[in-house]
Amino acid sequence: MTLSTSIRIIRNGRVIDPASHVDAVRDLYIDDNGLICQNCPEEGSVSGDHIIDATGKWVMPGLTDLCARFREPGHEHKADIYHESRAALASGVTSVCIPPDTEPVIDSPAVIDLIQQKSDCHITPRIFTLGAATVGLKSEKLSEIAALRDAGCPAVSNAGLPVSDHRMMRNIMDYSASHGMKVFLYAQEGYLAHHGCAHEGRVASRMGLAGIPAASEIISITRDLALIEITGVEAHFCRLSTAQGVRLIEDARRHGLPITADVAAHQLFLTENDIIGFDSNLHVLPPLRSESDRDALRQGVIDGTISAICSDHQPHETDAKLAPFAETEPGMSTMDAFLPLVLKLATDDIVPLETLISCCTCHPASIVGKTSGQLSPGHVADIAILDPEPEWIYQTDQGLSRGKNSPFNGWSFTGRISHTLLAGRLCYQRD
Amino acid sequence: MSLSLQLDASGDLKHFLTVEGLPYEMLVSILDTAESMTGVTVRSIKKVPLLRGKTIANLFFEPSTRTRTTFELAAKRLSADVLNIALDSAATLKGESLLDTLRNLEAMYVDMFVVRHSHSGTAHFIAQHVAPHIRVVNAGDGRHAHPTQALLDVFTIRRHKPDFGSLCVAIVGDILHSRVARSQIHALNILLTGEVRVIAPRTLLPVDVESFGVRVFYDLEDGLRDVDVVIMLRLQHERMQSGHLPSEYEYYHHYGLTRDRLQIAKPDALVMHPGPINRGVEMSSSVADSPQSVILEQVSHGIAIRMAVMSMALARTPTTP
Repeated sequence: MTLSTSIRIIRNGRVIDPASHVDAVRDLYIDDNGLICQNCPEEGSVSGDHIIDATGKWVMPGLTDLCARFREPGHEHKADIYHESRAALASGVTSVCIPPDTEPVIDSPAVIDLIQQKSDCHITPRIFTLGAATVGLKSEKLSEIAALRDAGCPAVSNAGLPVSDHRMMRNIMDYSASHGMKVFLYAQEGYLAHHGCAHEGRVASRMGLAGIPAASEIISITRDLALIEITGVEAHFCRLSTAQGVRLIEDARRHGLPITADVAAHQLFLTENDIIGFDSNLHVLPPLRSESDRDALRQGVIDGTISAICSDHQPHETDAKLAPFAETEPGMSTMDAFLPLVLKLATDDIVPLETLISCCTCHPASIVGKTSGQLSPGHVADIAILDPEPEWIYQTDQGLSRGKNSPFNGWSFTGRISHTLLAGRLCYQRD
Repeated sequence: MSLSLQLDASGDLKHFLTVEGLPYEMLVSILDTAESMTGVTVRSIKKVPLLRGKTIANLFFEPSTRTRTTFELAAKRLSADVLNIALDSAATLKGESLLDTLRNLEAMYVDMFVVRHSHSGTAHFIAQHVAPHIRVVNAGDGRHAHPTQALLDVFTIRRHKPDFGSLCVAIVGDILHSRVARSQIHALNILLTGEVRVIAPRTLLPVDVESFGVRVFYDLEDGLRDVDVVIMLRLQHERMQSGHLPSEYEYYHHYGLTRDRLQIAKPDALVMHPGPINRGVEMSSSVADSPQSVILEQVSHGIAIRMAVMSMALARTPTTP
């Protein structure tokens, strides 16, 4: 079986499709348009090359990752579409949202075309570019948001840069709402976060690191919720990090505001305690917060307040992390360990498996307005097949991402992707 | 983590990066070694051959006079060769990375780096990346630690008031930005000091400072009651620009140590300051120059402590490969 082979039958796997509440051992059929279909192809019409025997394996929808940086264009010294795509597909990720903080910034259809052209040269997951809400992400001038929508952006965002001017944020929301565009919000109030590199608390105080208080996220969410209420824009809060942030989102959702939220997988494991020792791989934004914050994030995933888990993959070149903690570039390379990390929450009995799979498949897909992430007939056959048995130790030097800046180096995981399909075509197969 | 980095397998000092987590015995052993070094510093030939043939590089990425000079003197009195490199004006400005600078110095067969840098964790970072035979001494990293300063402070206290269990020590001023205060608090707590207080407005205190094992006072006069040792911290001028304080005038008015206020403390209370002093900001001249002030003793003890730390860290090193 070679790459690009179209698969027609996945036999005898444990099909887990949270969207249709299916979790059963069965065959899965794919038609010649790459859609999942009801009926088995006629006997004899499909050769063995087009059949995957998934006995003992899990057959899941391909993952949708709402935030991963592939670093092209502009930061090819860190990573590139080719390598990060391979890492994503090997993690079962079939759709990826790329934030607009490339160079040039994704604030015009031309940059989207460029990314499209570059990705056309390789086998990649589906790439959704998030448009920059403001020109150059400078929060001074609105981008041509309607043009970005027409060029295929599912949403606009100001990436990791705070929009400090409330009137500008209101304009982003009002204008996006009038063009049916969703807004992705990264909640960090800039003045309080000023030069911070760690969660403001006991650990940062001891280590003498400038802190970012939880209030930075809380103020930002509170402001944005007030503006969402008056503009009616559909909004998605990215990478929550605090317990109080989760509560604010929960309340607002209860009051019917059109919002969703995600969390980065690493925030569900790591805390401020992990930065003792100044490992720069743990320098990340939002910062790793307290244990009670982490527990509240886990609870938010369990109760549905947080409906998506993203990788927040940020590969860096080695030099970006070879400096004293605060001087290093924030972000960790997480794609290689993304799915194993998420599934570890089920293995460790922290979050139910079905919830976790929803948070990586149908939920994030629907946040970007896609119907993928489901395995019922008629849906596109973007599929991840996982062998749940193997225990393995993640080593960054054996990972596919060019970013080796992972704090999960040396962690042991259970379960590994064996095949990934895009519209029924095999695009990754583990040797 | 710091511990495994600082001590070797047999528990001896390898690098000296932070006071936090240092075993009581190790701390006392450094103080005792420093005590024996004070003999060297007052005799007519102020030199011992302990580190003859060793090369020590002072890497100061931030300006310093007192600390750099006393490290230099300490190294010279141990008969080591000393390189003074002020990097705030040298290589880093030419775009050379910190690690490249270190690699170059390693290639010059340096045995020890004494490092000061504006970022917390720099000494840890360097200790993790230098060749295994090289020792690192932290001469101040960001707001994190200034371990030799803290040890010379407790050394000075011990010489006057050796029973730490009965002492109440107050640290006054900009705790938030102070690596000195953090290291002092750890050192005092390791020595089981009766009570450690910090006195400052909230804008100059780290979040959760109580978790360091201190009692917090916002009012200087309340905080000075029954205190045996008052440590005043230096106030940087930029604290006014950054909105932490309204003015030096108001700071002195509420937190400046004057003769009258000093009388609230115990009659024989020691007055200390890591230097350099801003007279009329942290304390009045009459206090700085009073018999209770041991500020200049601190400077002299700095040499003995640094001799102790350097000789202990380099004691068992193999010669440069």
